[in-house]
Formats: sequence, C-alpha cells, structure tokens
Amino acid sequence: MRKRYTQAINEALFEEMERDPNVILFGEDVELAIFGDTRGLYERFGANRIRNTPICEATLTGMAVGATSAGYHVVLHMMFSNFLYTGFDAIANQMAKLRLMTGGQLELPITILAGYGGGRSNAAQHSDSPHPLLMNLGGVNVAMPATPADAKGLLKTAIRGRNPTFFLEASGRGGDSGDVPEDDYTVPFGKAAVRREGRDVTLIAIGTMLKPTLAAAKRLEALGIDAEVIDPRTLVPLDEASILRSVRKTGHAIIVDEARDRCSAASHIAAIVADKAFSALKGPVKRVTVPDVAMPYAPNAEARVFPNEEGIANAALALLRPVAA
Amino acid sequence: MALYERMLLIRRMEEKLSIDSAAGVLPGAVHLYIGQEAVATGVCMQLEAKDWITSTHRGHGHYLAKGGDPNSMMAEIWGKRTGICKGMGGSMHVADLSKGILGANGIVGAGLAIANGAAFGAQLRGDGRVVVCFFGDGASNQGVFMECLNVSTLWKLPILFVCEHNQFSEFTRAEQVTAGQIVDRARAFGIHTAVVDGNDVAAVWQATGEAIAVARSGAGPCFIEAQTYRIQGHMEFEKELLAGGKYRELEEIASWRARDPIERWARSLLGSGVASQGKLDEVEARVLRAVNDAVAFSHASAPADPELVFDLMFAGQTP
Ligand SMILES: Cc1ncc(C[n+]2csc(CCOP(=O)(O)OP(=O)(O)O)c2C)c(N)n1
Repeated sequence: MRKRYTQAINEALFEEMERDPNVILFGEDVELAIFGDTRGLYERFGANRIRNTPICEATLTGMAVGATSAGYHVVLHMMFSNFLYTGFDAIANQMAKLRLMTGGQLELPITILAGYGGGRSNAAQHSDSPHPLLMNLGGVNVAMPATPADAKGLLKTAIRGRNPTFFLEASGRGGDSGDVPEDDYTVPFGKAAVRREGRDVTLIAIGTMLKPTLAAAKRLEALGIDAEVIDPRTLVPLDEASILRSVRKTGHAIIVDEARDRCSAASHIAAIVADKAFSALKGPVKRVTVPDVAMPYAPNAEARVFPNEEGIANAALALLRPVAA
Repeated sequence: MALYERMLLIRRMEEKLSIDSAAGVLPGAVHLYIGQEAVATGVCMQLEAKDWITSTHRGHGHYLAKGGDPNSMMAEIWGKRTGICKGMGGSMHVADLSKGILGANGIVGAGLAIANGAAFGAQLRGDGRVVVCFFGDGASNQGVFMECLNVSTLWKLPILFVCEHNQFSEFTRAEQVTAGQIVDRARAFGIHTAVVDGNDVAAVWQATGEAIAVARSGAGPCFIEAQTYRIQGHMEFEKELLAGGKYRELEEIASWRARDPIERWARSLLGSGVASQGKLDEVEARVLRAVNDAVAFSHASAPADPELVFDLMFAGQTP
C-alpha cells in the first residue's frame, strides 16, 4: 500500500512498541508530534512508554545512555538534527565510546530520530545534515532511509538492534509517498539498494538525494547515458561491496550528498572508491554536495547551494561527454 | 504614548505576517509574539541605545522594541537583499548590531550564553553597557541557564535575564515540563529578582527600571520573570502540522485576549487622561503607515544575492 514516509515511521514505532514492552520513547513534544511521526503513540502506550520532556538536549542524550542500564531500548526523538549539537556530549563521549570503555559490559540499544536537511527556508540552524559528523564518531550506526518502505524496515532493524543508531529522517511535510509492504519485514543494515540499473556511470545517492538523482538519471537516459543509481541506505555500516561492484561495472562514480562537501559522506565514499576500485576507474570520482557554507534562508540563495537534478546530470555529462559539456 | 506606539507597531507588523503566512506566500516559518508585546516594549524602553539584547526564535517583538527598522525586518522575512541580514537569516534570525540587537536565535537557550559573554565583554571594557537576555519558560530548562546564572553571579556581570513565561514550550504546557517557579532558580543565587505581570507594560517598565539600575551599578545580574501568554500558535501553520491535535482550549485563549496588553494600556492612557481617543487614532494611523511602508519596501526589493553566501561565510576568506 502507498504510504507517506512519516506514516511508515509511525507504523514502525507502533509495531515495535507493541512487540516489545521494553521499548520506550521520549523527546520534546513527542506527544503531539510536529513531524507527525510519533502521533497517537501516547494515546496507545501512555506515559510509562512515551513522554514529553523539557527542552534539555544535553540531559536527554545522557538519559538515553542511562536508561539502557535498566534494560530498555530507548527511542529518543531529537526533532531537528541541529539539536543533536546541543546534546552532543553524551553522543560523542558516552554513547559512541562506553561499550568499548567498559570492556563490553554496557549494551547501548538506543535509536535516535532526527529530521535533517534543507530546501525549505528553515535557515542554517534548522537545515543541517550532520551524518558525516556522526559517521566520524565510530561507535554509532547511521541510517538514512530514502523511501517509506526503507524508513519502516530500517527503523525496525534499529529498534531490534543492540547498538546506538541514528535514524535520520527527511524533514518536511510528511515526506514523499511510496509502497510499503504489509507484512512484518525489516531492512538489514549495511545493504545498499540498486534503484536503477545502468552501464555508463554509478550515481550514489544518499537519503533525500535519491529523488533528484533518479530524475537526473532519467534526463541522462534521454541523452543516451545509462546511469546506475545506488542508495546505500545506511552509512554506518556501509555496503562497500555493492558500491564497488557497480563502479567496477561502469567505471565512473558520482556521489550525491546533501552534506557540506568537506569531510562529507560523499568524500568518504569517494576515498573508498579511489582506494579499492582504482583500476576500474575511467575518470575522476566526483561529488555533488553542498558547498562549505551555512544554509542561507532566502529560497533563491538556498537553491543556489542545494544539489539538484540539473547539477547531478551536469556532473555526469562532464565526466562522460567532456567535449560537449 | 511611546510604549503604546511601540507595542502597536509590533502587533500590526505581526498581524500582517500572520495573514501572509496563512496565504502561504512567506518563504519560511514565523513564530509570532502577539500577546507578549508588553514585555519587549516595557524592557527595551528602559534601555539606552548602546545596551545590547539577545533574543529568541520569537524575536520580531524584541527587534522592533529595541528600535530595529521595520522595513529591513520585513524584507528579511521575505528573503530580500535589503533585509537586515541580507536575506540570509530570515524570521528566526533578525539582528541589527548597530542597534544593539545581537540577534534572534533558532537554538532554544543559545541567547543565554551569548548574552553572558556580551556582558563579560561590556564589563571588561567598562563601557557602562547592560545586556538584556530574553528567553522563554521552555529555555529555562536548558542547563545553560543555570550555568549562566552561576558565571554571571560570580563575576557580577551587567546582565538582566528576562524570562517570558508564556505558558508553553511548543505544544507542551509549562507545568508538564517545568518544575517549581522559574524565579526560584534565580533566587538561589541571591541576585535581584522580580516577578511581574507581563501583560502590564507599566509594571514591566517599572520592574526593568529597578533591575537595570542594579545591573548598571556593577552589583551583578538581575532576573525578571514576566507572566504572559502566547496568543498565536507556536508557529503559524501549526494547525496544519498538528492535523487536529489540540493542546489548549479556546476559552483559555479568550481569557488571555481579555487581558490584551495593548488594549489594557490604551484603557489606562484614556482613563488617566494622558491620551485622548483622537491621539490613539493618530498613533494607529501612523503605525499602519509604517507597516504598509515596510510591506511596500520589501516587495520593491530584489531577492537575496545568492553569491553573497560565499562572501559572508568568513571574513576575508573564501569557504
Ligand atoms: C536547542 C533547541 N531545542 C529545541 C528546539 C525546538 N523548539 C523551538 S521553540 C521551542 C519551544 C521554546 O519554548 P520557550 O523557550 O518557552 O519559548 P516560546 O516558544 O514559548 O516563546 C522548541 C522546543 C530548538 N529550536 N532548539
């Protein structure tokens, strides 16, 4: 059945909280839910399972770590991903490190939800895509579902898992719609999806970048370029094998990421491709990312720095048709 | 009369924004200050031009009360290059350093530490400046509030904390997430505190006068808790976002409308004979002209210059 992205997340939360009484959820304004993803949970599960918290991110992330000691799987909703920054100590110093530092004694079954990304004139403090920062911490998983079906399946995997996972959701009014299976399914971590098969160039699209990338692939098709589109789905763990297999086939790689360019997921993947598929490459590995600036508010300025269909198609043309471009 | 005109300007500017937001023509989200005007106005009318303020995501009122230009605020919210931040910040980020407005902020609680730092700078410079930090009841639950009370008390910083208790953090009632009375947190530090009716502009003005005198004398920080009410939603468009979800009753909103700070002040001005209805009408006409001018200015302005993004990121350095 076709469902909206937010609805898919909502269903995963409902089903997992129904399945396992040890799943608890808290965060700022989760009872009424501005994004809609936690709507109805309070009415169903009550204050012992889901709770509105004060605005105190530094405490919330720390409490997520602490509550696991009592055997709970904590789902923490951080609203906009920019608010991860105000809660960053317990993320970077505790969550990402304590398992190792306690000699493996501490289990940290934590799922953190946060909406990311720009494109809606929310200005720089509500538009970041902080996955590169999280990837660099080492001890946390990073999931970035691009479709409603993956949102549901990956969230279930996160909640059934034993490790801290950041589940970054595409911000926006309910997200796009897509088919969501009816059965109780999960989507494994570390397994990329091939969204479109092609021979000429591999486009690796992260999270929300899937949509403009598929549109660019269509545009390229009309120009006689057959693009393969890979959606990594999780960045930690990363399905290197699928990416490398595709690049070895096409000989060209472009990574599309809405993070700022410097030390982005795109630059990380580019490094892996250059390292491990060097001999298959017929040209440089390219990145389509946001320049190293804060997201401006004005729609025209935001559009200037935001990756789009045309920019992605042009990057491919520059690689494959250097003269024409 | 000056208090009246300033409050009315804030109200009419925001009513216009509310209409435009409902029509879906504004680029981003707006958080309106309607119902709280007496706080920003009563406080800022006690300040000197050199004094600084920090503000919140609900910052239009603070900006206008401190003397920010309505034209460049309107243009900012419309994403124009004539905006006070050149269209780079928008509604949640209006700032005018030349007027002592260090900026609205999208991060709840961020203004607290920025104000503390500004007060530290002012103290080191010995320039007699006072810094006012506006923040909400929701923000008072950030740990940084306690940290700032501690540092500012220890170092006797010239800062006035103004907590605007408007009863809500987004869609959550204050009593659900805020333990005790916020003023008691400040009292624990032994500093000058006051609790005022935030819908009574004269009371706010008076309490601020006393607090500012303390802060300017070098005796250290002060704290005011202003009790008020957010008449509009947390943000415009909230009905659509909440899809029927409800967190307060219409009767409650109506009961606070009956305590509207602007009408209340108008009645008081008329009652005491300070102003006639004719004078108030003149003010109304002047304010409406200012709002229309701001709209016209904004509409006549060109969109933001996208290339500026690359110039503005660093001083003298490309990103
Ligand atoms: C660090 C941070 N956490 C959460 C938010 C989301 N948020 C925006 S406004 C708000 C409520 C703020 O309440 P309060 O401080 O009382 O100010 P009010 O909105 O009532 O004026 C929240 C939770 C944010 N902007 N920044």
